[in-house]
Parts: sequence; structure tokens; C-alpha cells
Amino acid sequence: MRETLQLEADVLVLGGGLAGTWAAVAAARSGARVILADKGYCGTSGVTATAGPGHWWVPPDPALRSAAIEKRLATAFGLADPAWMARIIELTWQTLPTLAGYYDFPQDDAGVTQYRGLRGPEYMRAMRRLALDQGVQILDQSPALELLLLADGAVAGARGHQRQLGQDWQVRSGAVVVATGGCAFLSHLLGAHTNTGDGYLMAAEAGAALSGMEFTTYYTVAPVHTSMTRSMSYAFATYYDAAGHELPIPPGPGSTDALARALLQGTVFCSLHKMPADVRAQLPRISPNVMLPFARQGIDPYTQRFEVTLRGEGTVRGIGGLDVVSDDCATRVPGLYAAGDAATRELIAGATSGGGAQNSAWALSSGHWAGQGAARHARSVGIRTQAAVQGAGEAGLRPRTRAAPPPLAAVRQLVTAEMLPLDKNYFRTGAGLRQSLTLLDDAWQAIRDSAGVDGADRMKWRETAALVASGRWSYRGALARAESRGMHHRLDHRQTDAALAHRLVQHGVDQPQWQTPVSTPQPEEQPA
Amino acid sequence: MIEWIVSDRCTGCNQCVAVCPTNVLEAASDGPPRIARQEDCQTCFMCELYCQEDAIFVGADCESAQPVDRQAVLAQGLLGQFRRDSGWDEWASDPRYANEHWRMDRVFLLARALASAQQTG
Repeated sequence: MRETLQLEADVLVLGGGLAGTWAAVAAARSGARVILADKGYCGTSGVTATAGPGHWWVPPDPALRSAAIEKRLATAFGLADPAWMARIIELTWQTLPTLAGYYDFPQDDAGVTQYRGLRGPEYMRAMRRLALDQGVQILDQSPALELLLLADGAVAGARGHQRQLGQDWQVRSGAVVVATGGCAFLSHLLGAHTNTGDGYLMAAEAGAALSGMEFTTYYTVAPVHTSMTRSMSYAFATYYDAAGHELPIPPGPGSTDALARALLQGTVFCSLHKMPADVRAQLPRISPNVMLPFARQGIDPYTQRFEVTLRGEGTVRGIGGLDVVSDDCATRVPGLYAAGDAATRELIAGATSGGGAQNSAWALSSGHWAGQGAARHARSVGIRTQAAVQGAGEAGLRPRTRAAPPPLAAVRQLVTAEMLPLDKNYFRTGAGLRQSLTLLDDAWQAIRDSAGVDGADRMKWRETAALVASGRWSYRGALARAESRGMHHRLDHRQTDAALAHRLVQHGVDQPQWQTPVSTPQPEEQPA
Repeated sequence: MIEWIVSDRCTGCNQCVAVCPTNVLEAASDGPPRIARQEDCQTCFMCELYCQEDAIFVGADCESAQPVDRQAVLAQGLLGQFRRDSGWDEWASDPRYANEHWRMDRVFLLARALASAQQTG
């Protein structure tokens, strides 16, 4: 029997990134006793810590606000809600400056304090300090493995493992906020290796629904073999093929389509010689990590060409996640709330990536609302520590047979091989998606049958189960969305279909179901 | 990925063990932490940033371990580069390493202007 650390709290927050820390702070400010458990270290975990998040930052001028919302609605392709956009803009505007004292907001050349964009490591260091000052108890290196359910189906805490102490933990709580981030399918996206969709799986096992999981087609350029997916420098990029001919690829964020096509043809090289000298000099002061790989490889990106690749972002700069059913980011499961990339961002981004700015504003805002909502819920129901609870976890924890599990590495390899290649995930076809789904379904069965037999590698198997589950939801959605919309491209359905101008919400883990019936087209004839 | 903990710089404070988001390191009873699970390293450089002794070297390759030329790493001043450029700790008041992240928006605007000038010109 493993030692188990037993704790109680009003609110348990799973995940200590941007959304999780804002949730913990908001819950604590509402008077709740809060525990935050992070798989890694609250302060370095998550995709904010390694990035430079800007926030959707619009002054409270009605004309400016409605212009900003209109602009985003135009690329949301019918899936966003302007009221949610207005809410996150306002809350972000109100909240971010309150971090002064924890984050040293710099002044620009004109002496104006700059709030919009923050450096990730300093932002997350500030959030950790703020959370601690608000009385939040932080459990670092403490991955959650499963949610705890009461007999009535309400969520009453979670259970996990303290991996540096070798003991399990269990927190009984009145409510749980899932802020475990998105799922980047092990793509080597900077800071995303722990973003394996754990919260999607745990919440879905408890009965929560997922929305927009088909939108996993955002990619970011990086030098090959590196994790440095910081994109600003590529606004000045010039690209070349292997023969040294310049490729007609526009610089900047609109380049993914052309870059993806070029990468499917062969190797692609990049040069940053067009970056002006003053920007080169400022670059380390803007983003201190960008030059690290170049310096370590002895590459001068301003005079030398370097090979590049595209890193998949899954649902990180993709869009899907847990469906929220109320203004306080509750899921449909009593006591369970979702925030940040663990929640769908269709409400604010529609079918186009929320990029950095919208997603950061969403993490802050949804964290806030989820934290407050969880605190309210906990106050109304109490912790009910005497009531019996049951762990909701299945795949990778409680196998159905005594069979030996498949090699863990092979399953993880299969996920990356199906979810990341540009010709499978970026340029999608019904036939290709079906083929990938078959392999993912088989992997899922194998995990359900046999993984976790002896309790070894529980965290890794839970991660792997979450990766496979996320992949299945994604491609199932991509198949049902037999059209092209926003970031989702179907080569066999290039048009947008007005009948699909709605969100695709599914629930269930072993055999996912659509919340409202969706007619998934049957296999067509193979195109010649 | 993480390649080298410089033993004659490391004080054994184990801060890197604590902050590693993927739990790559293991504290040792004496001496520097052990790189116990190098394959889990996500090459995020956070351990370097939090190491006040500049005793950690993370290689650029995030997909496989690579040999490290330790003399070159030392000679090129790569140890502590990230912490210095981030203006952490003793570098906090040095204006050469001020936080100018706010310039990012303007850089994007400049890039867009350059690109459209090139198209029309």
C-alpha cells in the first residue's frame, strides 16, 4: 500500500499554468481554501512560462471595443460569441494591472507603462508568488491521475501522485477546476511536453463534454531539432528550398499553408537577413530565449540559412477543449469547472486560433470565473468528507484484463505519427482521418485492456491514454466536420457548409457520442 | 536537452530539481543532481534560468542527446546566457538587460510594413 497524503480544500485546482494560477487566486480571493496541484512546478509548467504572452488589450472605449470584437468575429466563422469576447476584454483590462508589485511592468520609450505583453517566466513566477500570498497551498510535481466522484455523480476532489516524494495524494474538495492545459501531442512545441490532454480525459471520464476538438491544425515554425517555436523573428523570414532557390512564402503568421506545402516537397531553409539591425539588437531584451538554440549551434541566422520545421500545437493554439455551460465556466458535471486551454476557446475565437493574445486573455478570465464559480459551488455544497467517493479513472489505471500492455513508447510514437504529420492532420481527407482513427481506436482498446496492470508508470500511461483519447476526439470531429472552416482544411470538402455553422460537442471516452446528432458522412469512393 | 551539470559550479541547492516541469533531475545525497531522465527533457531552458550558479547547460537539440564540447561552451560564455539576458538576480538593475518585451507589437508592425513595401516596391 502506498502512503497517501490526505488533504481537504474548498477548491482544488488541477494545473499551475496561467489559467490554473488565476483560478486559484480568484477562488482564494472569494474566501475559499484552495489547493493547486501541478504535474511539474507551478511557475515553469505550461506554455505561458516559456513564451511571451500578449493579452487581448483594448481600452474601454466602446468604439474600439466593438471594432476589436467585429474584427475577430469576421474570422470566427460563426462559432464565437461576441458577449464572451466583451467579457474577457473587460476582465483582462481590469485585472492585469493588479499584478503590479508581483510583475515589474516596464515603461516604453515615452514613459508609458506597458501591460499588454509579459515575459512568460516572470509572469508565472509572479503568479506563483501571488497565489502563495493569497494562501493557496501548492503541490508541485504532483500529477493528478483521476477525479473523485460522489454517488450522485458530482465531483468531490481528485487523486494523484507526488512523483518526487513517491507517495500518492488525495484531496477531497467541494469543487475542482481543471486547468491542465491543452494537448500538443508531444510535438516538441516549446513548454508543451506535459500538455498531454490529461484534464480532457479526467473530466470526460467524470461525464464532461468536449467541444471543437477537431480544431488541432495550428502549426508554428521552428529551427529543426529545436523546441524554439517563438514566432516573432519569422515575420522577417525568407525561405529557400534545398537547391537554394527562394520560395514564394510570405513572412509572418499567414505563411503556414505555403510552408506546409513546401515541407511536404522537401527540406526548407530560412534566413532572417531581412530583420533590421535595431531589431536584432533588441531581440534578446524582447525574448531572451529566442537566440539560445542559434548560439548553441553556432548559427548566425542573419547571415546563414538554417533548416526549419513546423511544430503542431494540437489544442494549445488550436481551439477545442472541455465544453463550458455557464458564465462561470462550469462543465455539465456538478462541481467541475474548466479554464484556459483545458476549455474550448470557440466562444472567443471561433474556428480561428486564439493565437497568443486572445488565449492569454481567456486563460486569465476563464481562470477567474472558474475559480470564483468553484468557490461559490463549494460554499453551497460543502466538502462532504464523510460521503463515499469513487475514482473515475479507467484507462491506464484500471485495466479490463490481465494482459501485458503494449510498449508505452510504441503507443506514444503512434500518437505522434498520426496526429502531427502535415499530410495527415493539416491537409485532411476523410479517408486519411478514418485510417488514423482506426489505429488510434486500436491503441485505445489496448490501453483499456491492459495498461496499468501492476500500477507501474501510472502517470505515463495516463498521459498516453489522454493523448490517444484526445487524438480520437480530434479526428472524430474532423471527420464529422465534412467541410473546411477556419483552421480546419478538408481536401475532400474545400467549401464551408452552412449546415455545419455550429459547434461539435461530444462526450464519452470509450465510445464518444455527439451531444446533438451529427451525421458523419459515410466513406465515399476513393478519389482516383 | 539538458546535457551537463557543471560540478565545480553546482552548490547542490537542488533548485533545478524542484523547478523542472518534466522531472528530469534527481537530487543526490552528495554533489550535483543527477540527470536521471534526460529523454523527458523538453528543452525549455527553465533549469538554466533558475540556476543562480550558471551550472547547467541545455543543448539546442530537443530530439536527441548530443555530444557537448565543454571547452567551447565555457569559452563562448553560453553558461548563464539566458539568466543574464533575462535580467534575473544580479543582472536585475543592469540596463543592458532591461525587459523590453513591449517592443514586440511594434516589431510585428514594422515587419508588416516592410513586407508590404516590398510587395508594392
